[in-house]
Order: sequence, then structure tokens, then C-alpha cells
Amino acid sequence: MSSATPRIRVACEVNGRPVEAKVEPRAFLIDLLRDEFGLTSVKRSCDVQVCGACAVLLDGRPVSSCTLPAFEARGHSVLTAEGLADEPLGEALARAFAQHAAFQCGFCTPGLLLTAKALLDSAPAPTAEQVSECLEGNLCRCTGYKKIVEAVLAAAGRSAV
Amino acid sequence: MRPFTLHEPTSAAEASALLLERGEAARLYAGGTELLLAMKGGFLPCDHLVNVKTIPGMDAVALDGGALVIGAAATHTAIESAPIVRERFPLVAQVERRVANARVRNVGTLAGNLCFAEPHSDPAALLLLYDAEAVVEGASGERRISIADLQIAPYETALEPGEVMTAVRISPLPGGARAAYLKFGIHHRPTIGVGAMLRVAEGVVVEARLSLGSVPPVARRLPEAEALLLGERAEHLNAESSAVAEVADAAAAQADAVDDLHGSTEYKRHLVGVFVRRAIAQAAA
Repeated sequence: MSSATPRIRVACEVNGRPVEAKVEPRAFLIDLLRDEFGLTSVKRSCDVQVCGACAVLLDGRPVSSCTLPAFEARGHSVLTAEGLADEPLGEALARAFAQHAAFQCGFCTPGLLLTAKALLDSAPAPTAEQVSECLEGNLCRCTGYKKIVEAVLAAAGRSAV
Repeated sequence: MRPFTLHEPTSAAEASALLLERGEAARLYAGGTELLLAMKGGFLPCDHLVNVKTIPGMDAVALDGGALVIGAAATHTAIESAPIVRERFPLVAQVERRVANARVRNVGTLAGNLCFAEPHSDPAALLLLYDAEAVVEGASGERRISIADLQIAPYETALEPGEVMTAVRISPLPGGARAAYLKFGIHHRPTIGVGAMLRVAEGVVVEARLSLGSVPPVARRLPEAEALLLGERAEHLNAESSAVAEVADAAAAQADAVDDLHGSTEYKRHLVGVFVRRAIAQAAA
């Protein structure tokens, strides 16, 4: 459906680079990231903020890009899983997920990596309980979560108890 | 989702005027974590989205004469992480830290949650333990609405057309008060939330508040059950005591349980008994 509503200019930072786009007010952040910028690590799944597959970091904090309007990114910085490769912590998390077999189908993995990064940024040495609590809003239907928690603890330089 | 026009007022008066001018076609937007879901689902027509976050100062979390004043654009994360909330209103911080999931808490607001009046939610039930008010601004000026009178039905509040909630004002619990809030759920949203506040003087309960959310259509106090607690010795109020069992039975009887996806009315009345017992025991401990 075409819209008569005025478009909104969104200037923000995505994965460390300044970007700009014009969006409809009704466009969600996931649409901007996937369709405009080609960042397809951002997965649409439940579409109601429950599963975490679409999670991205907005100024370092996890948000559900499926339900956050794209205009909310104006003046802020967005990090997707594509941008994790440029960060030591992102690299450590990705390596730990691979080494601990913390994914099978991989659909939830980008959201889990980003949510785990946000946790380790604020709590560099979390307990297993803190990791579980932080990731409780990210659904994985393959792993049973144990290996994910182990991987996050390993990336933080701690072993699972 | 249907297209809409975004409005970004810089004062509550301007937001109120926009709402009055556009009527039902306009919706107030703070975090949008509930509103946008309803709009995506096509349940709520909206041609004009009025953003309260562009109003300066709307995200403040501050003390005013001992009362906690939470601006309408303050997110759950901002509230639970504010030192004044953690220090002076630890139960508010504790409950706000467990609302929905981290992503919703980073975007969703307390005022937005109260205005949406979703029955399966924690904040309204929590705030019934306190003397709390919604501060609203409309064409005829500012007024305050007690939390007990704010939500009048599922998804319906006492706000008049054109009124904008600007803040939530929470008074401290009275001296000698102890409080607890417990929740339980099998889905994303809570199935039950129970709050208990006991004010104890010389070992005896002199004031009691019990609140119940997610089970009835609108979060409510349980006055008959509260009355049974008066005069009880706090040290006897454990989960196994017969006095507490009697209170729990009274609470279950007046729960006004709704049959829905979270369970049958019988199941929910059972949960009310269990969680009222535990909440009282925790508050008394």
C-alpha cells in the first residue's frame, strides 16, 4: 500500500558507519536494516517482541527491531551481528558459540550473540545464573540453552559450574 | 500496518491539543511496545501517532518531597536502574527488573503500560500496594487519578479525551511497612501477580494491603482478605499458619478470576490461594 504520509529522514550509525535513509513512519527498524541496508542477520520470527531473533543493540542495549519504529534510530547507533566481527568481544562470542556447539539451525544466534554482548559489556564476569536471566527473552528451539550459557561463560573467560 | 503521520509535540499541552483535534484517529505513543502490536494486528486504528518522548523532561525519574515521580517517557530499564528507585523503592526496582523481557524493558514505559491497561501485567498490581497516582494533563489543566481508579476495564482507563498522562507519582510505604510481590506465568505475560504490604507495630499487623493482578479483568485490592490480617501477630504469619490459610481462602473467593488462555477460573483461584499465602509469608518474614 502506498502512503501519503511524509517520509522521515533517519540519520544514524549502523555497525560503526554513518548511514542515512528516508522511511515511512510505519517502517520498523527490521525493515530498514534488512531491506535498505541488506543486514539479513536480523531475523523476523515471532514479530511480537517475544523470541529475540530480531534483536539488535540500540546504543548498546538490546531491542526488538520487529516492533521498534525505524524513526527511533535517529541519532543513535545500531549494532547487528554483521558488526560483531569488528569487535573483540563479538569475535570471542562467535568463536565460543562455534566451539561449544551453541547453535544448530542458527536462526536465533544473531540475537543471542548481541544480547550476550550487551550483558558482557555491562557485566564482564557474569555467573551462569546472570547469563540465564539475561537470555531468558531469547528463544532457541534447538539447543536446550545449556550450551549457549556455556559458550557465553567461556567467552567471558569463565567456566560453567 | 496502516500508514500514519508522526507528530512530535514539545509540550503536554501541545500533545493534548493534538489528541483533541484528531479524536479517535490519534494515539499517544511512548514506548509503543503494546500500542504497535495492536496496530500491527489491525486492532487499533491510528492515523496520527503522537510521540510523548519529544516532550522535554518527560523521561525524568526524581524525588519530590519523598514521593517518587516517574515521567511518562521513562522506560522500565531507566526506572529499575535509577539509584533513587533501588535505594528508596526497592520493591518497585525489583518488579520493574522482571517486567516482560530485556528488550521490552529497554523501550517500554511504566506510564504507557498503565495507560494500555493490559490485564496480564505487573505494574498496576504492584502500585496498588502504595499510595500512587497518575498525573494527567488535559485542556482544563492538571489532575491526579488514584491508581485504584485509573484502569476501569481491560484496555480502558479513566482518562478523558485529550488527557495525557505526564507522570506516575508513588508515595513511600508508611513507616514499619514491609512488602512483597510475587509473580508466576507459563506464557510471556504473567498468569498471576500478588502483592502484600503489612504495617506492623509492636509485632501486630495494624494495616494490610493485598493486591491481585492478571487474574481479574483489572488489577484490584482484596479488602475482605486484608481485614482478616489486622491484629494478627506478624511472627505467626508463615505459609503454613491457619490464619494465613483463612486469608488465602478469602482472597481466592473474591479474586474475580477470568477464564482465558492462562487457565480456568478454578485453576486461577487455586493459584491465588497459593501466591497470597507465599506473599504474606514473605512480607511478614
